[in-house]
Amino acid sequence: MARSSSRNSGFSRKAQFSLFTGYLAAFLGAVIGLALLIVSIWQPQSFAGLRGLANDATRPAGQGTAVVRDEGQGFFESVQGYLEAGSQNSKLKQELEVARIRLKESDDVAQENAQLRGLLGLQELEQPPIVTTRLIGSSSTSARRFAYMAAGRNQGVGNGMPVRSERGIVGRVLETSRNTARVLLLTDSASALPVRRSTDNVVALARGRGDGLLQIRLINLGLNPLEVGDLLVTSGTGGYFQPGVAVAIVQELNDEGALARLVADPVSTNFVAVTPIWQPEAVYASQVPEEEPLVEPEPESEGEGNDAENANEGTPGTQDGE
Amino acid sequence: MARRKDNLPSLSYERKLTRRHSPVLARSVPYVTILLGSLLPSLALTNTMPFFPPFGFMLLLAWRLYRPGFMPMWVGLPLGAFDDLFSGQPMGSAILLWSLTMIVLDYIEQRFPWRGFWQDWFVAAIAVSAYLIIAIFASGTVPTLQHFAVVAPQVLLSVLLYPIIAIMVAGLDRMRLVRFRELD
Repeated sequence: MARSSSRNSGFSRKAQFSLFTGYLAAFLGAVIGLALLIVSIWQPQSFAGLRGLANDATRPAGQGTAVVRDEGQGFFESVQGYLEAGSQNSKLKQELEVARIRLKESDDVAQENAQLRGLLGLQELEQPPIVTTRLIGSSSTSARRFAYMAAGRNQGVGNGMPVRSERGIVGRVLETSRNTARVLLLTDSASALPVRRSTDNVVALARGRGDGLLQIRLINLGLNPLEVGDLLVTSGTGGYFQPGVAVAIVQELNDEGALARLVADPVSTNFVAVTPIWQPEAVYASQVPEEEPLVEPEPESEGEGNDAENANEGTPGTQDGE
Repeated sequence: MARRKDNLPSLSYERKLTRRHSPVLARSVPYVTILLGSLLPSLALTNTMPFFPPFGFMLLLAWRLYRPGFMPMWVGLPLGAFDDLFSGQPMGSAILLWSLTMIVLDYIEQRFPWRGFWQDWFVAAIAVSAYLIIAIFASGTVPTLQHFAVVAPQVLLSVLLYPIIAIMVAGLDRMRLVRFRELD
């Protein structure tokens, strides 16, 4: 049967637009879309307000599905546990996994202690999280990797703050609205995070590839010292992330360094904690152009922890993942 | 242009003396389902790579192929704008691509005026594959080989899902034209 096309259908009054007007309107729509696209690639923050409003509006739905998802995962895990060796098995495995990560991290702490012993009076305190919340959604169709979480400006979340789960770093806050925030996940191709090996000072840059793995780029050239199974932790360079938090495990070596798998996979992450920016001064300094002198930054509401005052000499570097 | 009466599958959907369609339902169902389709993937699992079919776009395709001429040509502008709010793509990406889709589908319809399920599936498969690949370029990143490697399972899933979405749209279309008894 031939189609009842837009030109002869009398079903809808809208279809009675003439063909020319229809084409014109569609082309106009495409042109508007192209213009908006150019603006928003050039100035990524330009529509943050609109997106924020939309995400605030769908926050309850997102929280609902997040709860269902948690319980669904819990359900499947227990079924799996029974199939294997009882429901405890899966729970214990999870705990063991976290404990292994903690153990590796403690290697790092021991090494850090040795370093800091020489620098008396310089102490880093563990920062308490600003808020603990759920991931309520993500960009699961797009090539970009964003997640949305159920806390925003009203809860004290600010741009650039690190987001971590109980296992390790998940990402960084990119945009905030009143009650939600958009998180740039580590696997997004625009994300770059300075890391080092947990056992020594091999420093590298962990860049998202967009396919679920991180590309570890070694900063010092030469023989590739990485080995499969090495745990990479944040180095603290750049000032955003507190050093020594688990990031990824080396999976495969390659020319530039290695491919690494995330420790805190967002799929299995239910709750995340937002911590303040580790060294707000360093972040501020990295944003000031070289020609301008550094002046005292505007006091940020949440960025200043109690340890921020005495730590400005200890800032390891000022560039943020180039 | 002659008014076609015979483009509905059965006379049981015609308006009768005491039973008629709800104009609100008949006009809103396609738009509401497309909007929900745009919203759905953003509520799903947070994942490290894209895997969800673009439901909003696929519903737009299915409604456009199932009921040509129901939606105006410029519908890509408002529906695409809504999709952009949730998809994680930069604003304007879906507006542009959905508007172009409407134009291209209209062109295809003129060239090949005959319809059939296999042809619709073929058109939808090409459209959704092209959409997912072009969307990488519009996403504001520099596309790498990995982006294309990752989009392949997503394309496959979307293509295989189209028949199910088409059946769903057919069912929704029946629901859209349910007749309610008039009380007065």
